[in-house]
Amino acid sequence: MGTVVSFDVPAWAGQEPAGEPVLGQVVAWLHWVDATFSPYRDDSDVSRFGRGSLALADCAPELAEVLSACAAIGDRSGGYFTTRPGGRFDPSGYVKGWAIERAAALLTAAGSAEHSVNGGGDIQCVGDHGPGQPWRVGIAHPLRPGTLALVVAGRDFAVATSGIAERGAHIVDPHTGRPASGLASITMVGAGLAVTDAYATAAFAMGPAARDWVENLDGYEAFAITLDGASWQTAGFRGYLA
Amino acid sequence: MRRVILAVTATIAGLVALLSFKSHAPTLAAATGTTGGSSTSSSSSSSSSSVPGEFPTGSAAPKLTAGQSTLTGHVANTVYGPVQIQLVVQDSKIVKVAILEQPTNTIHDIQIGEFAFPRLISETLTAQNAKIDAVSGASYTSAGYIASLQSALDHGI
Repeated sequence: MGTVVSFDVPAWAGQEPAGEPVLGQVVAWLHWVDATFSPYRDDSDVSRFGRGSLALADCAPELAEVLSACAAIGDRSGGYFTTRPGGRFDPSGYVKGWAIERAAALLTAAGSAEHSVNGGGDIQCVGDHGPGQPWRVGIAHPLRPGTLALVVAGRDFAVATSGIAERGAHIVDPHTGRPASGLASITMVGAGLAVTDAYATAAFAMGPAARDWVENLDGYEAFAITLDGASWQTAGFRGYLA
Repeated sequence: MRRVILAVTATIAGLVALLSFKSHAPTLAAATGTTGGSSTSSSSSSSSSSVPGEFPTGSAAPKLTAGQSTLTGHVANTVYGPVQIQLVVQDSKIVKVAILEQPTNTIHDIQIGEFAFPRLISETLTAQNAKIDAVSGASYTSAGYIASLQSALDHGI
């Protein structure tokens, strides 16, 4: 799905423990996800299911799991999260965070107590970065490229950002000539990246209404920067400020 | 570490383009070529100089204390004169950025140097002092997703 994934396993310090090639397994998992879930590959289960040429029962069982999770997130977001963002079946908005969260879980299962996995700016952190040191994640400022808006810190948490950063505003309201959502970016924090990332996507599409929506979500907080450079955050977000 | 050096190099390269554009716009193309050269030569220098007390050129080279080493970029020749920076590194962190050479041919060059270089240095050190492990930002994939989603919503799907 065209995303770079990086791993940070401080305790291994560039050297995997002897035995099973753990990182190789994690990389293989990500490649499998891409082959199975990519909407850009004609032969992926997702493409074939979307075309109606493969029944759900004949797809990888993980697809049913993903569909079920997407449906729940769609319900909780008032339809702002969908598996048909362009009219065509494409669950990527959930799959990316889910694949990264699971990659982090594979590292945990292999004996790593502290690591983070960063997939294109969406990050799952496990444990601490070091003894008594939380993971510190900088939030890229969407309006001032190359600078950080702020830094969040935490342990066992996920950080996901949706917005116009990196590609510029291309969702324009034809009536105002301004980007439709009113937000330049929104960052969500929560326990697991799969849901946190999907919520960030839904919240960005929601625009300013996202603030009340996130306030009412248990276990998730948000920080947003509006197009005029102002910012807001939900009440519990300050608990993540570094 | 290497990534930080490249970032600094890019910043300085950006400044080179700024210098060129501001004072002598017609020769922008020449400045662009110089910018690329600056980037390449500076990044390759990251392994070339780490001996404490070694100052290749210039008068602005900083004094070092124990445990510090320097990384010196190659001279980037711009059409307005050479630009060269040097980093002082301690415990894998940049503790100082020195401008060894900068254009001073015109009063405008000097004004830009006095304003822009300190600001670039300050930004470099600030980003590093944030001591972050990762950066979260909107990615290409999510931006594409949102664009599709929004167009779908706009069409009432």
